[in-house]
Amino acid sequence: MTLAELIGNIRCEAITGDINMDREIRTGYTSDLLSDAIANIEEDSVWITMQRHINILGVAKLKDVVAIVIPRSLQVEQSVIDKAREEGIAILRGPQTAFEISALIYNALR
Amino acid sequence: MAASDASTPQITLEFPIEEKDFFMAGESASRVKKILQQLGLGQDIIRRVAIIIYEAAMNVAIHGSHGQLEVHVDPVAIYVKTADEGAGIPDIELAMSEGFSTASDEIREMGFGAGMGLPNIKKNSDDLSVESKINEGTLLRATVYLNSVPSP
Repeated sequence: MTLAELIGNIRCEAITGDINMDREIRTGYTSDLLSDAIANIEEDSVWITMQRHINILGVAKLKDVVAIVIPRSLQVEQSVIDKAREEGIAILRGPQTAFEISALIYNALR
Repeated sequence: MAASDASTPQITLEFPIEEKDFFMAGESASRVKKILQQLGLGQDIIRRVAIIIYEAAMNVAIHGSHGQLEVHVDPVAIYVKTADEGAGIPDIELAMSEGFSTASDEIREMGFGAGMGLPNIKKNSDDLSVESKINEGTLLRATVYLNSVPSP
């Protein structure tokens, strides 16, 4: 499933605009601990996290994640959005909790 | 296997790491990853080295005042070295145990300081040595052999 298809499926917004829309998503990972994310995010993943500081971009870039997904419509600083666009990392944001978003994505990918 | 190809060139990459410069720590791991991909090394090797570099560089950014990351690649192995001038580690064995961390609350709130850094490095290294002197600094050397079997 492509990122564009996933966005259509789970009612969330792409706050970085038109980035990675054609990339295929195979799986996802939910974690707020960066060491855990670094160790366990698989190829072609979306990463669901409450963390919104600039360091999530380092993790996302290193693990080549398709998109970071922010739950509960939490605010993301403009500087982080700008840097994400610059680095080619998509950030999505939805109104759901991390639990709900994980379940929605899990089901969408099945 | 491409990973053990004797034609792998020798290269050394160096990156300065400054205190609290977390983005640079991630950035240096990403850059090394890209270079290793260009060298055609195996995916599992690259994944392991990237984790080691990220965690080791992050440790320097969190606990060291400043330091240096050095990555050397030769036909046998990839050698990762970080050296910092920082607080040092009083009890290395304790620091190696999963869940132990001395990171501040501020660092923890950002999702670091879970006590997984050194254990992650150990898990992904074939050889690891950590030497430390209190109030002087820490020297970490991790080796991943190009012909090593994939980690679980």
